[in-house]
Amino acid sequence: MSELHDPNAPQATSDLSNTGRMDVSAVLDEGRASVPDSIREVVFNLDDVHIFYGDFEAVSDVTMQIGKNEITAFIGPSGCGKSTLLRSFNRMNDLIPGARVEGLLAYHGFNIYAPEVDPIEVRRRIGMVFQKPNVFPKSIYENVAYGPKVNGMKVNMDDLVEDCLTRAALWDEVKDDLKKSAYALSGGQQQRLVIARCIAVKPEVILMDEPCASLDPIATAKIEDLMKELAADYTIVIVTHNMQQAARVSDRTAFFTADVDAKGVRHGRLVEYGPTRSIFTAPNEPRTEDYISGRFG
Amino acid sequence: MSGQSASSVAGGLNPLRQTKPRYGEAVIRGVLTLAAAVSLFTTFGIVISVLIPSLEFFAEISILEFLFTTTWTPLFANPQYGVLPLITGTLVITVIAVLVAIPLGLGSAIYLSEYASPGARKVLKPTLEVLAGIPTVVFGFFALEFITQYVLKPIFPSIQVFNALSAGLVMGIMIIPTIASLSEDAMAAVPSGLRDGAYALGATKRQTALRVVVPAALSGIVAAFVLGISRAIGETMIVTIAAGLQPNMTLNPLQGMQTMTSYIAAAGSGDVPTGSIEYKSIFAVGLLLFAITFVMNMISIRLVRKYRQAYQ
Ligand SMILES: Nc1ncnc2c1ncn2[C@@H]1O[C@H](COP(=O)(O)OP(=O)(O)O)[C@@H](O)[C@H]1O
Ligand SMILES: [Mg+2]
Repeated sequence: MSELHDPNAPQATSDLSNTGRMDVSAVLDEGRASVPDSIREVVFNLDDVHIFYGDFEAVSDVTMQIGKNEITAFIGPSGCGKSTLLRSFNRMNDLIPGARVEGLLAYHGFNIYAPEVDPIEVRRRIGMVFQKPNVFPKSIYENVAYGPKVNGMKVNMDDLVEDCLTRAALWDEVKDDLKKSAYALSGGQQQRLVIARCIAVKPEVILMDEPCASLDPIATAKIEDLMKELAADYTIVIVTHNMQQAARVSDRTAFFTADVDAKGVRHGRLVEYGPTRSIFTAPNEPRTEDYISGRFG
Repeated sequence: MSGQSASSVAGGLNPLRQTKPRYGEAVIRGVLTLAAAVSLFTTFGIVISVLIPSLEFFAEISILEFLFTTTWTPLFANPQYGVLPLITGTLVITVIAVLVAIPLGLGSAIYLSEYASPGARKVLKPTLEVLAGIPTVVFGFFALEFITQYVLKPIFPSIQVFNALSAGLVMGIMIIPTIASLSEDAMAAVPSGLRDGAYALGATKRQTALRVVVPAALSGIVAAFVLGISRAIGETMIVTIAAGLQPNMTLNPLQGMQTMTSYIAAAGSGDVPTGSIEYKSIFAVGLLLFAITFVMNMISIRLVRKYRQAYQ
């Protein structure tokens, strides 16, 4: 601890850490900074969650809650289990042979890993946006209509498509090209199309796993604005390796890291979780401080 | 530095000159050119050797008579050369084969790619490909001795010993591995992100497979179908053994039929005098077969390109 805050540390390092911290706290979203310390309405309740791939425990002992209509950011170094944890929220891990969740992961008080739960129902309520924009090889219109169709939703499809594309801030750019292949869109447009496709099935939660990782800064800014708008109606959990992004968009931030056990195996664990402002300006854990100030990770 | 090299050029020996001869390069280049030339000349040779006797044939028999009359009796005293019975024979048997092979082949591919566990796939795919290695003469006797005798005869007592149905069914079985294996390759190449995207919207496995993976792999699947159909049209042994050698202008699959290929095989191995009109008819039928397969391939290239454009 004292060593990490040594004022006599080499000049270059302390410069770097200072700028790192200054930048991040400077971009904190003022509106979102007022989030109360305790969560008002709990959507997810995780109690002692462990996630395994076969015998390998990728995520160890996570206890946390996710608040309704909040944007929660997961940050931490690569390989610490952020994606693994996120994918357990809508049972996407079920698709990986050997993946298994232990502990309680409750959605509005219902354990989503209870035997009677249908993973398809879970995924309909809890949508997901991935790192690479995975539009389907179909028209723009068909991409948005796919989810409502497979879920048998009785809706006016034209209206729904327009509504979702409008909410995803894409309508004006594509309204004359709805029949065109989605592959003709740019990466940023494709990612907004994926978001439109996701909200078309009317989920309550949107999970986003590094949604801007393959986008340029302008496209990233658009997605971030969109997330803040969507947070009025949806609960959003976003994994990001970009701390500035976490600071810009989120209400709460969870910092994860990977601990090495006696056998040399790395297990992801939750180090610190709290309102984004306190995580970035006054972290309790020295490891959080080190990470956000750019000293490791 | 530049002054130095300029002076050594002036002095006669360029330091950048090639000092070691590279014989290996020349040899490889020669061998590869030869290999390309052999296949080119073979194709050319085949076309010429089919084309010349065909042209001689059409000098004696009009193309209209050949293509649009319905009696094929080249070995009779009063021969007639209407090729339509051979075309309908080929068509009926190919359609039966395709009706068997496309659903079963595509079904196997979807099962292997989307449903089977990795362990099951490891066993099943090679097993399926063994089917492709069975000699067609074995399939032919299987059709004649087993399918006709023990499967079709009890259902259709009026069926002839030689019939199009058994040949078509067995030919369908024969091309299942081609269609299944190539379709499975195309589906396995679909990025897993697309499947994740569908599942994340609450799609079931079936909806993911049929509405996302299959459309995404469509160009490869269509290519697999066309290759399978081309194999069916060109297949000779099964039809020769199981469908008989009677040209028969009918669409009734319970009767015997002759196809273009089985006519070529039968007439070519019989004692037809070289240079006679019967002899030249073999080549005329061969040319027609070649033209049909060529058109099929052109269609498939078009289809593949169309889906590529739509999806990329
Ligand atoms: N499908 C999988 N099978 C086995 N191990 C995996 C799988 N996916 C991720 N892991 C492992 O789990 C750990 C956490 O990975 P991940 O959740 O992707 O981390 P992050 O998203 O934080 O970078 C890593 O050690 C990774 O190698
Ligand atoms: Mg990740």
